[in-house]
Amino acid sequence: MIELQGVWRTYPVGEGVVHALRDVSLAIAPGEHVALIGPSGSGKSTLLHILGCLDRPSQGRYCLEGRDVGTLSEAERSQLRRTRIGFVFQFFHLLARLTAQGNVELPMLFAGVPREERKARAAQALASVGLLPRAGHRPDQLSGGERQRVAIARAVVMNPAMVLADEPTGNLDRASAQEVMGVLEAMNRQGLTLVVVTHDPVLAARARRVVHLSDGMLADAPAGEA
Amino acid sequence: MAFLDLLGFALGALRGHRLRTALSVTGVAIGITAVLALTALGEGARRYIVDEFATLGSNLVIVLPGKVETTGGMPFGGVTHDLTLEDHSALARLGRLARTAPIAVATETLRFQDLGRSVPILGTTADYQEIRRLRLALGAFLPSGDPDRSGTEIVLGAKVARELFRGEHPLGQVVRAGPARFRVVGVLAPRGLSMLGFDLDEAAFIPVRTAMRLFNRTSLFRIVAEVRIFAEMDQAKADVLALLKDRHRAEDVTVYTQDAMLASFSAILRALTLSLAGIASVSLVVAGVGIMNVMLVSVTERRAEIGLLKALGAPAPRILLAFLAEAVILAALGGAAGLAAGAAGVGLLAFVYPEFPVAIPLWAVGAAVTLSFLVGVGFGVWPARRATQLDPVAALARR
Ligand SMILES: Nc1ncnc2c1ncn2[C@@H]1O[C@H](COP(=O)(O)OP(=O)(O)OP(=O)(O)O)[C@@H](O)[C@H]1O
Ligand SMILES: [Mg+2]
Repeated sequence: MIELQGVWRTYPVGEGVVHALRDVSLAIAPGEHVALIGPSGSGKSTLLHILGCLDRPSQGRYCLEGRDVGTLSEAERSQLRRTRIGFVFQFFHLLARLTAQGNVELPMLFAGVPREERKARAAQALASVGLLPRAGHRPDQLSGGERQRVAIARAVVMNPAMVLADEPTGNLDRASAQEVMGVLEAMNRQGLTLVVVTHDPVLAARARRVVHLSDGMLADAPAGEA
Repeated sequence: MAFLDLLGFALGALRGHRLRTALSVTGVAIGITAVLALTALGEGARRYIVDEFATLGSNLVIVLPGKVETTGGMPFGGVTHDLTLEDHSALARLGRLARTAPIAVATETLRFQDLGRSVPILGTTADYQEIRRLRLALGAFLPSGDPDRSGTEIVLGAKVARELFRGEHPLGQVVRAGPARFRVVGVLAPRGLSMLGFDLDEAAFIPVRTAMRLFNRTSLFRIVAEVRIFAEMDQAKADVLALLKDRHRAEDVTVYTQDAMLASFSAILRALTLSLAGIASVSLVVAGVGIMNVMLVSVTERRAEIGLLKALGAPAPRILLAFLAEAVILAALGGAAGLAAGAAGVGLLAFVYPEFPVAIPLWAVGAAVTLSFLVGVGFGVWPARRATQLDPVAALARR
């Protein structure tokens, strides 16, 4: 469902350019669980942002479910993000003024889902991450692990085809990390495509497939080759 | 309804950022209050002076015998008819004129006992008092009745009475002017120069028919008339001209009004109001910059929020609509608060200084509300619009 061909991402910095991604080609099938690992600054987040249509390649082609994302309009890419992609951030990115319920309802609110349906679906999503009892709490009343689970509920509430998680456990202790990964893996077993960026080799080992990035380049084989 | 949901989201955002909301509302409110207060003061000053001026006879039509060529050429021949008391009676019947008074004038020596004093004596009728808004210190003005009646009453200006009687009570005393004898029936309250450059304190008033006989005149000096409705000044003037042209079978009188003077005076005052409005505009611009800053900073602060909404797939137009709703609510709240504060301030001023006619001009309300609304909404939406045009990652990046 995901197909990258010769993708480059460059940032102009001062006089020169930084190559965050160099000639990345990658295919991910539906339902796969992929771990994306590599040293800091190797381009993992950049790659995930491109997969999630949050960013655009400087060069190269990205096909999602057979559509060339590069040719889509902003509104069409926005619709892809709304309906096909769930994104989980390292820093949660919950709105502090809204309750857990309100945060999970947010994508539906802007998608124009009617109020009653919103409430029901948000409750269902919160239940699937085990947080229904905390629905009325605001983020500052939740632990880090709970916040991330709220963010996961928000990511899946629109029934996306894939969830992209950028170091979802990076700010969590081991126990919370286990919980969060457990939730994500359970969803993956029900057919959700899952791409997780992680630094944790233990967590990476739980994935069916591990993709290595180093200095913006793909090294599908395990590290140590160079 | 999707729009109601967005409105709810906007209200939630406003409630969630109380300080920011309070600052924005205050910014808009101060701008509007400043403009209202300043223009109300300017307008009050303008009205005060116009009112003062109006009591000096701004709604008067004045008729003089003879055609005055204001174009600069020499007046050509043609017989000039007298302006008579019959002309005056005819004018008095014109519907657009509220009051009319004939005037004959000459300088005579007034004598009381061994004292004499040369003063301008006006022959006129009772209506002159109202037309010139004369107030009396003692007694009454000339009796009303037939203008053709030859009475022997005299009303003295304040200074004349003071100098002629030197502390003696003037009422009922007899004064002489040439061969004629007059009984003092009233003394004017001191007043000073009238707008015609004529010092009423130094004048004396007698019935017009008596005056014409005494001065040996066949023509009136002028006729003054008060127009019923100020807005009909020009028609009234035309009526007077037409009537006299018809009676004299020639255009041999000059009719002028003081509204030309009033107009130029009013223009000066309008300039005053405008310059005050200028000050107000500056204060509005200052307030506008304040509003702009608050909105700009707060929306920029929320760039990450916009990035998040975009990352969640919210369509850019809906995000903008939510921010527009926020800005509109802020501007409306600020506008209402500003109008209330401005009205209250001006009301307080009117209460403390009741004689000063402060009034908020409607245009100032419109300008203040419109401008702060535009600034508030513009700078509430513009940075949001820029944020929605970024890729979500760029908007999300903490910077
Ligand atoms: N907006 C930007 N402007 C300039 N350079 C950038 C920008 N974003 C990322 N980069 C550069 O691109 C490279 C890849 O960054 P990226 O965030 O993808 O790394 P990462 O693998 O996610 O690292 P980490 O594990 O620390 O999160 C880095 O060298 C970074 O400095
Ligand atoms: Mg990263």
